[in-house]
Amino acid sequence: MSQTGLQLPQLERQPMEPRALKSIILSAITIACAITACIPLFSVLILLIYRGGKRLTLELFYTLPPGAFDAHGVGGFGNAILGTAFMVGIAGLISIPFGILAAVYLAELDPHSKISETARFCAKTMTGLPSIIAGVFAYAVVVLVMGHYSSWAGGIALSLLMIPTVMLTAEEAIKMVPNPMREAAYGMGCTPAQSLVKVILPVAMPGIITGVVLAVARAAGETAPLLFTALFSESWLSPNNPTASLAVLIYNWSSSPYENLIELAWAASLILVVLVFVLNIISRSMGGKTKL
Amino acid sequence: MADNEFLGNVGGRTLSKPPTPGDIFFDKSFRFLTRAFTWATIFLLAFIVYKIGGKALPAFPDLGIKFLFTSVWNSSENVYGILPQIWGTIYSSFLALILGGFFGITIAIFITQDFLPYKVEFALKNIIELLAAIPSVVYGLWGIYVLVPLIRPLANFLHEYLGWIPFFSTRLSGLGLLPAVLVLSIMILPTVAAISQDAFKAIPHKTKEAAFGMGTTRWEAILRVMLPTASGGIFGALVLGFGRALGETMALAMLVGSMSTLTLSFFAPADTIAALLANTFPEANVGLETGALMYAACVLLLITLIVNIAGAVIVTKATPGGDRR
Amino acid sequence: MEALKEVDANEAYENDLPADVALDCRAHQIFYSDFLAVRDSHVPIKRNQITGFIGPSGCGKSTVLKSINRMNDLIRGFRFVGDVHFHGINIYDKNIDPVSVRRNIGMVFQQPNPFSMSIFDNVAFGLRLNRYKGNMHEKVEKALRSAALWKEVKDKLKNNGLSLSGGQQQRLCIARAIATEPRVLLMDEPCSALDPIATRQIEELMVELKKQFTVAIVTHNMQQAVRVADQTAFFAVDISKGGRTGYLVEMGPTKEVFENPQEELTKEYLHGEFS
Repeated sequence: MSQTGLQLPQLERQPMEPRALKSIILSAITIACAITACIPLFSVLILLIYRGGKRLTLELFYTLPPGAFDAHGVGGFGNAILGTAFMVGIAGLISIPFGILAAVYLAELDPHSKISETARFCAKTMTGLPSIIAGVFAYAVVVLVMGHYSSWAGGIALSLLMIPTVMLTAEEAIKMVPNPMREAAYGMGCTPAQSLVKVILPVAMPGIITGVVLAVARAAGETAPLLFTALFSESWLSPNNPTASLAVLIYNWSSSPYENLIELAWAASLILVVLVFVLNIISRSMGGKTKL
Repeated sequence: MADNEFLGNVGGRTLSKPPTPGDIFFDKSFRFLTRAFTWATIFLLAFIVYKIGGKALPAFPDLGIKFLFTSVWNSSENVYGILPQIWGTIYSSFLALILGGFFGITIAIFITQDFLPYKVEFALKNIIELLAAIPSVVYGLWGIYVLVPLIRPLANFLHEYLGWIPFFSTRLSGLGLLPAVLVLSIMILPTVAAISQDAFKAIPHKTKEAAFGMGTTRWEAILRVMLPTASGGIFGALVLGFGRALGETMALAMLVGSMSTLTLSFFAPADTIAALLANTFPEANVGLETGALMYAACVLLLITLIVNIAGAVIVTKATPGGDRR
Repeated sequence: MEALKEVDANEAYENDLPADVALDCRAHQIFYSDFLAVRDSHVPIKRNQITGFIGPSGCGKSTVLKSINRMNDLIRGFRFVGDVHFHGINIYDKNIDPVSVRRNIGMVFQQPNPFSMSIFDNVAFGLRLNRYKGNMHEKVEKALRSAALWKEVKDKLKNNGLSLSGGQQQRLCIARAIATEPRVLLMDEPCSALDPIATRQIEELMVELKKQFTVAIVTHNMQQAVRVADQTAFFAVDISKGGRTGYLVEMGPTKEVFENPQEELTKEYLHGEFS
């Protein structure tokens, strides 16, 4: 037993050894980063509740904004809530059928053809389209043609942002449908359309709805596409005329000299964020319970 | 003759019938519709480019290429140029990318490399995703009333003592580049984090095992094996994050100060193309100013298209199956 | 003129077919893109009998089976050279609608694949698809009885088909396939995902079914072929030309194929399997 030349390796933990120390420092930086990244969310939420909550009354939902000569007066933004809902509705009516039908083609009917590859690529490119460009486009195509600002122009601008989201998530959802389901449908003698409508789409539905709800949530908060398409209005919804929306209201009033309007902008933000978060939660819970 | 009818009429009892004309009509029209909308996707993008390009074209003879190198936007004298806006767009996006990219990648590592118990990991992931869900106009409002007052003392302190550095050469009097960049980095952080996570998750488990098997510490494995392996996807994530920052409108329109100035200072007001469009379009004079704005929109569209296409291509190549946004 | 010729060809062919053959599959070549998956396989399927397809994995037995009702049309790059004659027509004819073919030639798959709907709706699916106008309930009950599932599910027809056990799900799929009383029933390893008890139930069921239907079944289990099949088709893989191409080695009554195989290859395979 005289192996004097051989040294046993060190196996115990050595916290002060350089490489261990480096690990600890890097881990600490990572944790600090993660915590820092969470701060804005909580800061935004706390301020929304604190500043927006102060002005949160039921009245907000059914009254018109305080008039131009009465900036200190009470009032609400029922018209903006209605306007947002109406324009997101228009955008949904355009983008949901558009997105789902194209997704069916991409995922199921002809996934590898040139036109599918191209369309998929275009949709991916459109997800990165600046939202203000959607506004400029709708301005050029709708506002200039109709000759005035309207909720239709706003809805069309929003639909441009929803289409790629709906389409790409629906495509993923349809692709996730297990192949045995597909075989069963075709094996029974379904035409392609029948197997889609009766079997594949119902199975993919939770995933499709997830995408639709996410797209709606995003559209509800968009401001830039509405700035010069729907503009803003202080009166109740009239689709052919300029239309108010929560997002544009927040933008317009955020730089207002009147404390009253700024408070209303905070309250509008609170409502908008609650709406967006609820939609996000709905879409998450839908995604969780995919059938099969 | 052998045709469809035949299969329905041969002898022997069966309840099978060939599809009715109604079924066939429904099938044909359904498939036609899906094909039509697939084509429509392609046409839509082409139409957007065509339409905006077409509206910009009339202004081109008057403004020319020098539009891109002129620093004045003056509607009363009809002199237009977007050099400061181009600079501001790229500069602010670049700064936001450094900040948001660093945080985004670090968080992606934190989430994917088994640092956290499952529940904490899940919560962190959701918080980061909710960060992306908050509308940018709300971030703008928060920036004006929370962020600016918060960072002003610090900014002015830096200017006081380190004012000789070009980045700190002005005071932060209110709105300016720094608050805009901070909000912008918050907004691109979730994009970078999500795509980088996909890149990390796409690494086969055996690669990680091999690294640990060689006796690396966790961080050695991450820095020497995981990060280089995922680098393609992470690079794509950064490019897409950059693309998103370039096009972001509201937070900048509300926070950047909207001054046509060329500056390096973090604290000076600046402007971006998107902010210029948002602030000027509603009140623009019909005619040359609108044309100039369309020209600017066209420039923005081209820049973002190029950056986004490059990002999509990089991500698709680097992480198979991980090409989400 | 061309239509006339076609009729002639079909009639001539019809006359050649022995009366007891329900369907005659002549697969000269089956391709997946450039890959030749199956060659030279002529499989007549006899009426009211069970035809078993056996052979080592990759020998193309499933490919041939799925070609019979044109399920393979769903696979990209699939190309079938040859013909499948069924009631005097070639189902690979250009003007034949694969959808109609599948409605006449039902199929049960390897994995039980009931739809995510009630048990009743699963069975009624095909009936509704074929716009059956009679008593739906009666037909569903009949199909479920034929599939030996009625007793187990008669009180829970509203439950989701996916709530059943694996063996029950497979019998539900069989009920779904036979509800429309197709002329031929194809089964692609219907028992491979099931436990021995469920397997025995399905096998008994098959023997019952052949009274009404013509059945073709792919199985990887020799004993199962011996137990249920009247006719056996033995497939093998040819690796001589570099690829892995399946082909039919021999076919005949099960007893003959197993007890007195004509081909050396069959002998070797069965010997390896049974010794």
